[in-house]
Amino acid sequence: MPDRFAIETSELTRRFGNLTAVDHIALRVPYGEIFGLLGANGAGKSTVIKMLTTLLSPTSGTADVGGFDIIRSPADVRRRIGYVSQLLSADGALTGYENLRLSAKLYDIPATERKERIENALEFMGLVDSADKLVRTYSGGMIRRLELAQAMLHRPAILFLDEPTIGLDPVARHTVWDRLIDLRRNHGMTVLITTHDMEEAEALCDNLAILHRGNISVVGKPAELRAGLGEGANMDDVFVHYAGGSIQESGTFREIVQNRRTAHRLG
Amino acid sequence: MKRFFRESAAIVQVELIKLVRDPTEIISRAVQPLLWLVVFGQVLAQVRGIQTGQLSYLAFITPGILAQSVLFSAIFYGIAIIWERDLGVVHKLLVSPALRISLVFGKAVAAGFRGILQAVVIYLIALVMHVSLRLDPLAIFAVLVSVMLGSGIFATFSLVIACIVKTRERFMGIGQLLTMPMFFASNAIYPLEIMPGWLRFIAQINPLTYLIDALRGLMITGGESVHGYATDFTVMFAVFGVLLFIAVKLYPTLAE
Ligand SMILES: Nc1ncnc2c1ncn2[C@@H]1O[C@H](COP(=O)(O)OP(=O)(O)O)[C@@H](O)[C@H]1O
Ligand SMILES: [Mg+2]
Repeated sequence: MPDRFAIETSELTRRFGNLTAVDHIALRVPYGEIFGLLGANGAGKSTVIKMLTTLLSPTSGTADVGGFDIIRSPADVRRRIGYVSQLLSADGALTGYENLRLSAKLYDIPATERKERIENALEFMGLVDSADKLVRTYSGGMIRRLELAQAMLHRPAILFLDEPTIGLDPVARHTVWDRLIDLRRNHGMTVLITTHDMEEAEALCDNLAILHRGNISVVGKPAELRAGLGEGANMDDVFVHYAGGSIQESGTFREIVQNRRTAHRLG
Repeated sequence: MKRFFRESAAIVQVELIKLVRDPTEIISRAVQPLLWLVVFGQVLAQVRGIQTGQLSYLAFITPGILAQSVLFSAIFYGIAIIWERDLGVVHKLLVSPALRISLVFGKAVAAGFRGILQAVVIYLIALVMHVSLRLDPLAIFAVLVSVMLGSGIFATFSLVIACIVKTRERFMGIGQLLTMPMFFASNAIYPLEIMPGWLRFIAQINPLTYLIDALRGLMITGGESVHGYATDFTVMFAVFGVLLFIAVKLYPTLAE
């Protein structure tokens, strides 16, 4: 049964020079799950996502996404996935509608359906009133919702979200969570989400994998992981135990600058 | 093929929207050619130091200045691409199933439209200065094609450099290092014949020379293409093809 898992990796590895950012990982994500990939800064989360979304080629190992091999059939993979990067990728010089129209064209949504799909997506994300405003006037939460709208416009089977709520205020964060839960419930979408926020992991994810220095240290349901550490353990304890140290463990300079810039743009 | 056109057109569309929405850049880019033609061109015409055959010096450099502004405004694309990388726009384009060549070609065509705006500005300046321009439709059409092609070449070249250096600081350095020499080692402001041998050699492998050569014949009454249009356009199409090929290979590395 090759197609039981939305994502299945085998010995997936990526090196940057001497650094092994992702080290022979095996992951299986069943269809219809919200799956959390957790880890401190620099643990390798973004590198995993970039390989699975065909942006970065693995050094060795492979993965199937949506039933297609990421190395042999990247174009088939791309048609079946949506991706929201860690950076804020909506184009500030365009309106929300124009951003969505670009996606619609690049994903070959038929011209006759384009308008309706864009309108539905805007409505779903609560952006109808801002559709014709320039994205650079949006709040951080609105930009994230627009990016989600762009990523789901072509109805992908699998959605990859790289730290989608970093820098958002609690209200905006809950709105994003609601939309994701809705997508999974009503569209059966599989979601792979990275975060280093334990509250988010617990609120959202059916299953979690914790990544530490490129290795998966544990996989399980949030409640199981807590129970595994004994009575009274909370998710932060789980993180400290499996992710090796504090949540604040820092990444490279470039990442910190990038995260800060993202946080800054999010206001 | 249909898909290629649809995807490229989508990229061109957003670039044009951005261009129209923020015209300050177009306006500021009109200043430089104005200086070259009005100040430099007129002063050197007085000196009569450079033999330009039957063309006036001003008429001689007008196509050179158009090519220069095509070069300088197309180089801007590399910086824009680095911006898009830092913002994650490149990543979003690259996870889409769009053909990689559409994404690159769309940028090249958008640069072409930018180049055409430069051409309009320079035609206006030249007319005011009584440069005798060829205004027959066929000549103008051929100028537009040359400008599109030249813009495509330099925008793609700039994209290739951006893919190699990846940061704005390094790009600015390299950009400065390449564009001015490309301009001076060309037939833009003096003919090939008066160059020392080594410079003439560089000028002859500089694609800018072929753009200027074609423009000189097509824009100016009594001007001629020294190499012949067939050579000029063959060189330009070939260079564009090669750069496009390299850019398509390198562009995806921006998302790594
Ligand atoms: N393009 C790259 N070149 C060199 N090193 C990289 C690159 N991308 C990521 N790394 C390194 O790989 C490690 C994992 O990075 P990343 O996957 O971004 O971590 P995370 O997303 O979990 O914070 C880090 O040490 C980072 O510095
Ligand atoms: Mg990351």
